[in-house]
Amino acid sequence: MSMTMVSNGMDPALRARIEDLYAAYAHTIDDDRLEDWPGFFAARGRYRVTTRENHDLGLPLSLIYCDGRAMMHDRISALRTANIYEPHVYCHAISAVRVLETRDGVHRARSNFVVHRTMSEGDTTTFACGRTFDAIIEEDGVLRFAERVAVLDSRRIDTLLVIPV
Amino acid sequence: MAQAGHDTELHAGPDLRWPAGDLSRAPYRVYTDPELYALEQERIFRGPVWNFLCLTCEVPNPGDFKTTFVGDSPIIVTRGDDGALNAMVNRCAHKGALVCYKPRGSVRELACVYHNWTYDLAGNLTGIAFRKGVGGKGGLAADFDQGAHGLQRLRVEVYGGMVFGTFSHETPPFRDYIGAELCANIDRVFIKPLKVLGYHSQVLPNNWKLYAENNKDSYHASLLHVFHNTFGVVRPNMGGGIKISDDGWHHLSYTVRNADSDDAVGREKVRSLQEQYKLQDVTMMEHRLELGDLTTNAIQTVFPTLVVQQILNALAVRQLVPKGVDRSELVWTILGFEDDDADMQELRLKVNNLVGPAGLISMEDGCVGGWVQRAAKADGEAMTVMPMGGRDVQPSEGSRVTEAAVRGFWKGWRELMGL
Repeated sequence: MSMTMVSNGMDPALRARIEDLYAAYAHTIDDDRLEDWPGFFAARGRYRVTTRENHDLGLPLSLIYCDGRAMMHDRISALRTANIYEPHVYCHAISAVRVLETRDGVHRARSNFVVHRTMSEGDTTTFACGRTFDAIIEEDGVLRFAERVAVLDSRRIDTLLVIPV
Repeated sequence: MAQAGHDTELHAGPDLRWPAGDLSRAPYRVYTDPELYALEQERIFRGPVWNFLCLTCEVPNPGDFKTTFVGDSPIIVTRGDDGALNAMVNRCAHKGALVCYKPRGSVRELACVYHNWTYDLAGNLTGIAFRKGVGGKGGLAADFDQGAHGLQRLRVEVYGGMVFGTFSHETPPFRDYIGAELCANIDRVFIKPLKVLGYHSQVLPNNWKLYAENNKDSYHASLLHVFHNTFGVVRPNMGGGIKISDDGWHHLSYTVRNADSDDAVGREKVRSLQEQYKLQDVTMMEHRLELGDLTTNAIQTVFPTLVVQQILNALAVRQLVPKGVDRSELVWTILGFEDDDADMQELRLKVNNLVGPAGLISMEDGCVGGWVQRAAKADGEAMTVMPMGGRDVQPSEGSRVTEAAVRGFWKGWRELMGL
């Protein structure tokens, strides 16, 4: 039986839960609890960081492309044990959250973000800003990303991108 | 005439101190001196070199254009109605405004928005607004030579689907410029029509030469890029070597998968080897042999600022654009072949996790140049030393633990700069 359930995403309780998911996701990164980051995704969830240029041209390339939670764990273990970079932290500011629709148990939502980066020497800069386009599902009462695409407005990354946004 | 001699002396440029007959040292001032940066624009980027401009597949049809840079010079590449490629300085012959301020597009003619001077796709000035004035008053000076006011053109050559431009009449044909041996690697990698999978770029907090050197420095790869070793993309004991053009300017560093390449690096304490580190998902490290050989990694430089890259199935060109004496932009154009099937494209998208600004084996190159830049600033007359593998620019078979190609870069730089 394949009844399609569609809602327009105006359910305030759902919206509050998704806003909370976004905030918890940002806090996990900003608090440097990166080992918990893959847990925000379904086991087969996808995470991509791309640029507005690629997105608008319909080009498939990502800066980071994790197909499944295992690749996300690999990103974090590489960051912890292999990659060399100057220590820094992020502060996410998330706004303009909208739940666009719910179809067959998948909530489509989007948000805007700004990531301020503070280097160990003290410089704070706007590292990135952009939009997320998300597909969110509920597993055992927990909302998780089936897909999260972060589209950076700029094609230019200052120095390097190691911590996920 | 004594005065003229004095002028020549001044134009010889800054007095840099180099050890005689030794390419293994360079003063730190080469990375920090604005006067040298200005001289590089004239003697290198506008000199007898081939500069990468774009790919032919980015401007497939008549009227297509793409903008780029050669050093500080903004450039437009167009495909003309005759199918030929043109490259011009992106600066209106009138007041000097950018003629194209969009990165790419398709047009019938080039029009400067400032005063609506128009050019054909080859850069010839075809129209001047109000040339006859208004109501018989005003208008163009009677002696104005329209034919002499086109956009400044570059010579263009295409090799391996890449478009190159040069300001100089002295630049030899591209094949002679890099030599047959290095052309063979471009032929080996770009074997089929290319397609662009995407772009990204990174701003490097350092002089452009620090990244140019980094690409020619095969010594650092197994030491800095920990990910490299741990997962067997490049290990110091894999087959391969360094090829260097006869003049030292261009190079190829390559590794070939051996039957016994899975053994450990050896007894040396290479920080890169971290036994506890295992990938949970190895799909991005899969290598589908597609080029008819076992080469896993080929990094090729074309002096001064191009890198042609094959890392497993990750194909790319990297264009280095100087942005002032202590800043540069590295523009990555990530490639596949036109006839890739869905699985092949997916594999390329995954293996591209290794490279680019977020690349698991390349991100470190974004920060090390900045660390040299910061440290070099204080003491311009002190010297960097590059003694690995000798003091000359001999190629190396079987070992990549050499700085010969870096010395080759300095040989080229010094020849062109006359310093």
